[in-house]
Amino acid sequence: MVPLPYYLILSGILFACGVTGFLIKRNIITIFISIELMLNGVNLSFVAFAAQWGKLSGQVFVFFVMVVAAAEAAVGLAIIIAVYRTRETLNVDQVNLLKL
Amino acid sequence: MTPNLHLWLIPLLPLIGAAINGFFGRRSSRPAITTVALVFSGAAFATALWVASQFSSLTPPYHPEILASWIRSGTFRVDFSFYLDQLSLVMLLIVTGVGFLIHIYSVGYMWEDAGFYRFFAYLNLFMFFMLTLVLASNYLLMFIGWEGVGLASYLLIGFWFPKASAASAGKKAFIVNRIGDFGFLIALFLIIKHFGSLDFMQVFGSVAPFVRAGNEGVLTAIGILLMVGACGKSAQIPLYIWLPDAMEGPTPVSALIHAATMVTAGVYMVSRSHVIFEHAPIALTVVAIIGTLTALFAATIGVTQTDIKKVLAYSTVSQLGYMFLGCGVGAFSAGIFHLMTHAFFKGLLFLAAGSVIHAVGGEQDMGQMGGLRTKIPWTFWTMTMGTIAIAGIPPFAGFFSKDEILWQASRVSLVYWGIGIFTAFLTSLYMFRLWFLTFFGEYRGTAERSDGHDAHGGHGDSSHTEHGHGGIHESPKVMLVPLVILAILSIVGGWVGINNRFEKFLSPVFRPGMTAASLEETAAPKTSEMEDSRDHSTEMAFTIISVAASLLGFALAWFLYYRNPQMPQQVAASLGAFYTTVVHKYYVDEIYAAVFVKPLIDGSTQVLWHGVDQNVIDATLDGSADGALEASDVARHMQSGNIRSYAAWVAAGAAVVIGYMIWMGTR
Repeated sequence: MVPLPYYLILSGILFACGVTGFLIKRNIITIFISIELMLNGVNLSFVAFAAQWGKLSGQVFVFFVMVVAAAEAAVGLAIIIAVYRTRETLNVDQVNLLKL
Repeated sequence: MTPNLHLWLIPLLPLIGAAINGFFGRRSSRPAITTVALVFSGAAFATALWVASQFSSLTPPYHPEILASWIRSGTFRVDFSFYLDQLSLVMLLIVTGVGFLIHIYSVGYMWEDAGFYRFFAYLNLFMFFMLTLVLASNYLLMFIGWEGVGLASYLLIGFWFPKASAASAGKKAFIVNRIGDFGFLIALFLIIKHFGSLDFMQVFGSVAPFVRAGNEGVLTAIGILLMVGACGKSAQIPLYIWLPDAMEGPTPVSALIHAATMVTAGVYMVSRSHVIFEHAPIALTVVAIIGTLTALFAATIGVTQTDIKKVLAYSTVSQLGYMFLGCGVGAFSAGIFHLMTHAFFKGLLFLAAGSVIHAVGGEQDMGQMGGLRTKIPWTFWTMTMGTIAIAGIPPFAGFFSKDEILWQASRVSLVYWGIGIFTAFLTSLYMFRLWFLTFFGEYRGTAERSDGHDAHGGHGDSSHTEHGHGGIHESPKVMLVPLVILAILSIVGGWVGINNRFEKFLSPVFRPGMTAASLEETAAPKTSEMEDSRDHSTEMAFTIISVAASLLGFALAWFLYYRNPQMPQQVAASLGAFYTTVVHKYYVDEIYAAVFVKPLIDGSTQVLWHGVDQNVIDATLDGSADGALEASDVARHMQSGNIRSYAAWVAAGAAVVIGYMIWMGTR
């Protein structure tokens, strides 16, 4: 059995990759993917703990996260399409109408 | 069963008049304004007369007429309530009666003035406050009236406010009065603290037990502080300085406010508080000393003044000193008696002086008058009555009241009496000096020329064009009638004091528990029959001395200012430095300016303004504003609008929180 720290380190790396991608990328789709990456990094640590302690609550949490992520993906992609149709760009730096 | 006197009507009527003239007078015609002013002040007088006629049907003890509850706090309560006894009745009749006459006179005097409606609105307002003052049944309501007359006085002194001297005279009067009012207020606080009430009856009722409980020191303090208040309002040393400057106001104002009524409020207040003063002998002595000194001091200044109104102003200060002397020796009824006769003759003198000023086109310098006797005979004769009355020559009013005060003073100390006699001599001297300079000799002025009104003191914006000033002329009838009435009162007004009738009338106020009949014996307590008769002969001797002093004053004035008009200058020259000092009013204004005003202004400018206000308060506010500006200038860069930088902050924040928790966990 793979020891817990391995999972946690992998989870941390995934999360860090997500954060980094979120911060440095300009393309809105890439940012969206980075968010998914962060979510899944967290999911990994949930299931790792669940397996370690033999409790189901971690896995239940993961299902919740997946459901929310699916809903988010649906809404988020719809917004991205709407943005692209009106602004004809996916660069977040140019989507700044709310800025004064 | 006491009949309802509706005392509230008396102050209310002039207030309505003031409101109507104040709000609508600007667009009203002069006859309409006149009607409103005269009807409401006349109605107040009529009501006062009616109240006086009903008064005899009242039986003491009198009860205050409570109109409404004002302040209630625990056991302490103050009501809007009016109170009438013999003392307030006398004051009521003086204020409404003399006030009404002066209203009539003012119609003629102020007719040409652009501020006609404003003048009568203020005058009626003054009547309202003065009547509140004399009718109040507690100290607080009295204080309202007290402050109110101060306000009216300020407004009327500065009536011709475009003139700088009038505006600053008004301010001076107000500020000097404020010093006195401060003393009065502290006295009221002490009364509340120690008596738990401001109602006259309750306070006076508990004074005797209070003293028996060994609190005489507190009572003395209360008395002296009340006297400080009276000094401000009634222009006594050391706060008299505002009254001569108050002559900047129109002459009817000088007559009504600064001679007949308002300035006597202090005497009224001290008399009203006689129970306090009688139980605080030290305070009473202070009153007597201040009164005596003021009487003498102001009289000496009066001898040297050349402005006709200034002479009368110092004379008023001096006569008020007499009243306080009367109060200070415990003869409160004598003080009130002199207050009444003084209201008659000084009101008359001021109005007559106004008539003289009116006649010569606004000139107030007696050096520019002279020989007016035949040109304005009515004014001359009425003024003569007033002059004789104030000089104290029998059987005119001033004689009776002044003699009563001097007699009572002599029973306490011959020093008071001696100074009083000397002051009586000076009074006679400066009044007859005024009389001779104004009405006798050659005319020295320039008013015959038609440009006379250029010098019209204060009438600057409204010169007497209608009269054309073709020359010296007698005043219109509307001004002469009040003069004549007051002249008659100046003659007969003192007769009520014969056989101590006035004192007996007031005795329920000042000697409660004694009937008028028993007053005869108590007039000379602890004296046997033989001493009593000696008393009478002494009184007669003192009377003769005081009349002699008055006649001596007359003779000296006649000698100096009629027979040998060049003599006064020689006398003045021979007196040298002393004369110069007196002419400059003992440099009191200059001393006050150097000792109080200048340090106050410098301190306010350097310390309070430049120091505290600019360097501390302003600097703190400006500094915090600048600090906020700079801090937010830095902080606003966080609001970049760049979503990813926000996310970076969130991530950094989360990293910090996680780091902190790990650090906490590993400790």
